[in-house]
Amino acid sequence: MIVYVDNNATTKIADEVFEAMKPFLTDYYGNPSSMHTFGGKIRRFIDKARESVASLLGAESPSEIIFTSCGTESDNTAIISTLRSFPNKKHIITTKVEHPAVLSLCKYLETIGYRVTYLNVNSQGQLDLDELSYSIQSDTAIISIMYANNETGVIFPIQEIAEIARQKNVVFHTDAVQALGKIDFDLKKIPIDLVSISGHKIHAPKGVGALYIRKGTKFSPFILGGHQEEGRRGGTENVASIIGFGVACELAKKYMEEENKRVKYLRDKLENSILEKIPNTRVNGDRINRLPNTTNISFEFVEGEAILLMLDQKGICASSGSACTSGSLTPSHVLRAMGVPFTFLQGSIRFSLSRYNTEEEIDYIIETLPHIINRLREISPYVK
Amino acid sequence: MWEYTDKVKELFLNPKNAGEIENPDAVGEVGSIICGDALKLTLRIDKKTGIILDAKFKTFGCASAIASSSALTEMIKGKTIEEASKITNKDIADYLGGLPKEKMHCSVMGMEALEAAIANYKGAQQKKETLAEENIICKCFGVTERKILRAISENNLKTVEDVTNYTKAGGGCGKCKPQIEKILKEYWEKQVKSKEEDKGKKLTNLEKISLIKETIEREIRPNLRIDGGDIELVDIELNKVYIRLLGTCLGCPAGGFTIKEFIEKKLKELVDKDIIVEEVK
Repeated sequence: MIVYVDNNATTKIADEVFEAMKPFLTDYYGNPSSMHTFGGKIRRFIDKARESVASLLGAESPSEIIFTSCGTESDNTAIISTLRSFPNKKHIITTKVEHPAVLSLCKYLETIGYRVTYLNVNSQGQLDLDELSYSIQSDTAIISIMYANNETGVIFPIQEIAEIARQKNVVFHTDAVQALGKIDFDLKKIPIDLVSISGHKIHAPKGVGALYIRKGTKFSPFILGGHQEEGRRGGTENVASIIGFGVACELAKKYMEEENKRVKYLRDKLENSILEKIPNTRVNGDRINRLPNTTNISFEFVEGEAILLMLDQKGICASSGSACTSGSLTPSHVLRAMGVPFTFLQGSIRFSLSRYNTEEEIDYIIETLPHIINRLREISPYVK
Repeated sequence: MWEYTDKVKELFLNPKNAGEIENPDAVGEVGSIICGDALKLTLRIDKKTGIILDAKFKTFGCASAIASSSALTEMIKGKTIEEASKITNKDIADYLGGLPKEKMHCSVMGMEALEAAIANYKGAQQKKETLAEENIICKCFGVTERKILRAISENNLKTVEDVTNYTKAGGGCGKCKPQIEKILKEYWEKQVKSKEEDKGKKLTNLEKISLIKETIEREIRPNLRIDGGDIELVDIELNKVYIRLLGTCLGCPAGGFTIKEFIEKKLKELVDKDIIVEEVK
């Protein structure tokens, strides 16, 4: 039995998505840029997918969406495009808990003359908006703050942040890869300029993402090439995956409310049962402003990789913020920024659910996990 | 996902000798929860013979840390203290059928726990203050220069990344990487120097023969094998080395070049500048 609870890493492709993609992997292999009907008619399907993505985001117009290869490309495009558009502005604001897609880029930008402010988070993983306000400088080019954190699921107050940025006339970008399909957000109401999203987190295939560019936002392409995406992103379209992404957005929109209720119930059951059955355990991050599918739990005096491998042995797929799992020697930058106590820091496990998880699966985890933690604690020198 | 050997998985999932000996004859504690792994080794030792009768471990850490600890206890049981003290981190890794290179520090932790336990048995105070006295290079993980140098020499480490994999030094904030680079550079420069001094000494015939053999095995054969070739040492007569090229080297138009420019050059450099290599067909 495989119990997949690592949906913030990637998700299963929905059957409907796969079915919709199939013709574009077989019969309809044409290039949408071609002049002939065989290729050219595929353009219509891409347009439809663009409409579906725009609709899920609440975008004013489908032309505000460009397709990319992944969330990382969208993040890179958003930030680099903005810096190019404002060559005299040399300051960037982001947070200490961003995804590496943003953090690695910022670290690089620091080496070529940009200044970056990394905003702190408190023990709940939340920002101090005053710190954001007074960090804005006259040459701040962009504020890039994620919508929801991939490790803890903590949701940032994006509406307020967007309004602060708007007031100070600074471009605001958000990496909404984890928020998409899990929170209902409406870009007609929230003044965000650039939004990164990715297909494979919402049951579309890997290899497709998108960037929302609000009408009027200065833009300069990141990948230079042909005239695809109205000259905003070169490269022949990943047709089948774009079609799949469109369908996945339609499904997300349709099921979001109902499924999230069910997913949240399962997540809460899992979390509460673990806290109840296993002593010396804590949830990392704000439990109120949080994605409905994610829980990040730390077990004191045991190490995450060891827990993961024992879970794996039982067919349970999760992830961890421990140092050992990443190949680096330091534990998760997110948990460190939150100041998680050191006895808990190496023992974090993230369970992230999807609409495909069942209550039986959750019960199976609840039944399996206590034995694993007990076994590891028995051989831990810190447990007497 | 790490590529662990079956032996690592077996000793992780069903560790042998997990636990703690009551009133042990020796205790060795290394690592810390902040650093990400820690090991407490307890031993029961026969005082007359010095034989380790029982060994148990308690480990906080990942699968390879637990497996390395368990392997260590299996390896030392039944050995005398003297025999056990010869065990290196390499022996532990070999016992496990190898470890991913990023995890070699787990085997180093095993070796250090054993050393601490033996020191404890011999009555030497496990000096906590030694750390303060010594030159700490990596402040994040508290790694001393001595530990780095030892890992370099015992495991033939060449890069900063290697040093991080074996000792963790440089794996935190990374600020000490230039210092590690310097330690590496100085260490290897010293090695080259002492080798050159050695070369100045006259080798006996027996020493020369074994050095030629060793050089072929370590420096020459692996390089030929990359291209599907091989070499056979046929005979040695004073400074003349007779060899036969095999595999793809056989009949290779560049064979003559390989012999003069690679094989002879290597032997001249590492054994004796007067060596001449001749091919036997």
